Amino acid sequence: MRISSGTIVLGLALAAPAALAADPIKIGVIAETSAISGVGIPNAAKMAAEEINAAGGVNGRPIEIVDYDDHNSAVDAVRAFQRAAQQDKVSAVIASYISEVVLALEPWAGRLKMPLITPGAASNEITKRVHDDYDHLKYVFHGYLASTQIADVVCEAGKSLMVGDLHAKTSVIMSEDAAWTIPLDEEYLKCLPAAGIKVLDHIRLSPDTTDFTPIFNKIEGEKPDVIVTGISHVGVQPTVQWQQQQVPIPMYGVSSQATNSTFWKDTNGATDGVIFNMFSAPDVAVTPKTIPFAKAYQAKYGNLPGYAAYTSYDDVYMWADAIRKAGSTDPDKIVEAMEKTEYVGTIGHIEFLPKDNTFAHGMRIGPGYITGLMVQWQKGNPVTVWPANVASGKMTFPEFIKLPQ
Amino acid sequence: MLGLQILIDGFAISSLYALGAIGFTLIFGVSGVLNLSHGAIMVVAAVIAWWVGGFGSGPYLGALAGVAASLACAFFTYRVIVRPIQNSRAIPREEKEIFVLTATLLWGIMLQEATAYFFTNNPKTVRPLVEGVIMILGVRTPLNEILTALLSWIAIGLLYLLVNRTRTGKSLLAASMNPRGLTLLGFELSSIYVLVWAIYGVLAGIAGVLLGAFLGVSSDNAGVLTASAFSIVVLGGLGSVSGSLIAAYVVGYLETMTAYLVNPSIRTVPVLLLLVAVVYVRPQGLLGRR
Repeated sequence: MRISSGTIVLGLALAAPAALAADPIKIGVIAETSAISGVGIPNAAKMAAEEINAAGGVNGRPIEIVDYDDHNSAVDAVRAFQRAAQQDKVSAVIASYISEVVLALEPWAGRLKMPLITPGAASNEITKRVHDDYDHLKYVFHGYLASTQIADVVCEAGKSLMVGDLHAKTSVIMSEDAAWTIPLDEEYLKCLPAAGIKVLDHIRLSPDTTDFTPIFNKIEGEKPDVIVTGISHVGVQPTVQWQQQQVPIPMYGVSSQATNSTFWKDTNGATDGVIFNMFSAPDVAVTPKTIPFAKAYQAKYGNLPGYAAYTSYDDVYMWADAIRKAGSTDPDKIVEAMEKTEYVGTIGHIEFLPKDNTFAHGMRIGPGYITGLMVQWQKGNPVTVWPANVASGKMTFPEFIKLPQ
Repeated sequence: MLGLQILIDGFAISSLYALGAIGFTLIFGVSGVLNLSHGAIMVVAAVIAWWVGGFGSGPYLGALAGVAASLACAFFTYRVIVRPIQNSRAIPREEKEIFVLTATLLWGIMLQEATAYFFTNNPKTVRPLVEGVIMILGVRTPLNEILTALLSWIAIGLLYLLVNRTRTGKSLLAASMNPRGLTLLGFELSSIYVLVWAIYGVLAGIAGVLLGAFLGVSSDNAGVLTASAFSIVVLGGLGSVSGSLIAAYVVGYLETMTAYLVNPSIRTVPVLLLLVAVVYVRPQGLLGRR
């Protein structure tokens, strides 16, 4: 047999990180992989795992991502979670951006003592349950902000963008009917008036809606200065119809699908002028890790990361750190180490709130921790417009928008 | 004002429904096939139109590609899914309809999943052929909405001319009335079936592309689109083209009125109730023959 020099080089390359020959530490990733925001979760997790492994792994062991497609179904997600815990023997799980799915997984995390973090679900209920039943549910961490916190960021930014710059006085809330928007809307109804924006109406639409004409028609009849959104399951269709029908009112708030870089193409550019909330954006160095991650992700997958990709990337690093500090994959020790997390990720400085806080195991928000951004689609690019100290541009609107006088 | 708005919006959506359902009912009328992959074929047309249009080829080329994709899907459905079952000797004659029903349903799911796999299930919107809005007595109406209704009616009109004014078209009509008699006159039934599937492919393709430009389409919509065509066809009378046209307007306006006057979240509920009532009281539908 002839051994080529190439084989020898390859052999040496494989042998070099000798540590990585050890049993891998498996992390399960459960997401809806046919959706563009969903597939970002395993994609980003794999990037993090590759980087960690290239740097020598965790306690001499490589990280292996085992991914499962839940088809956006709680039943499939629970099955995947059980398989991950019992058959594939993962040490921790990163799961879903849908609150309904995460809420279904939560009791299973307790029963199977399986550390779980969600990179994108927002329902307040996730952390409230940890607070109410800490002994059973301490394995659950909230890697995204709770709806109430998100609403607060939107209102805070609204003071300067909507009231300050646009002189908006009135609004209509337009949210989809889902678990995550219940606390979001409750907080909107409190914090918008406090920010100086009167709420004229509050519309909850079915996530199955395809024709938004009657909804925009009703909103327009009420003559608000701004439409404050809370949409995630829907996104492309209301945005395109808003533009095609030339609804003359700006859309501002939470629009999760708009966080994907493919949104411009999916809407044929109809999203021009839409303002949405994010916690990290490709044009802002929220931390020194944000822009390099966004660029590396784009180089690898061809599009910029959506919101849950940033957090999923951070989550792998945090689980890896927790396992490293715990010195084992014992779930109780991992949880203990995770509670002491002080990690600078792509979305900010991450610390988890203690068990006596109502947002137990949720992330600490505020200056120095996670603050949030408002980003606007402008001529094909997402441009950060708030807060002023990191903004990379000013708000502009398409011609059909009539700004308040 | 609101009344006019309902009139305009209802007309656009109803015309689109009519176009979507007419091919579906034509195939049933002529060849007795209930094609449950209908919605998925419309989705494929819309997504391909979006995809090709995205390469900077402009909306017209994209729309053409969408219709071509739908035509290809229709031929494939007939040749690979439906015809082998119709010709099979292993399947008893009386069970063939249920086999075709199941096979087209599964084929529709395969098309839907494949679309979701290659293009994700995020909704896509086809770039409209015309942009901008026009005021109709104070109601701001997108030009694309008017074009949607217009193109739907042109397609339906051409179909009418084809069926009633041409020899080939008349053979279609004859096949729906008495296929045996037609074969006795020396017509090849299989070539008539190919023709009807071709017409179906074009109609479903146009409907898919227009829907993609009007409201946007996701692979998740496939089931709902099939169900909506099915409801219209049952309401109008299975196999009756004029019945389907009337039913499309009943469904379109009932949905639009519900959305405007009651609540957009329950827009399909009254239609479903009406359907249940029709099945009870007049199972052959508005203009059904069977």
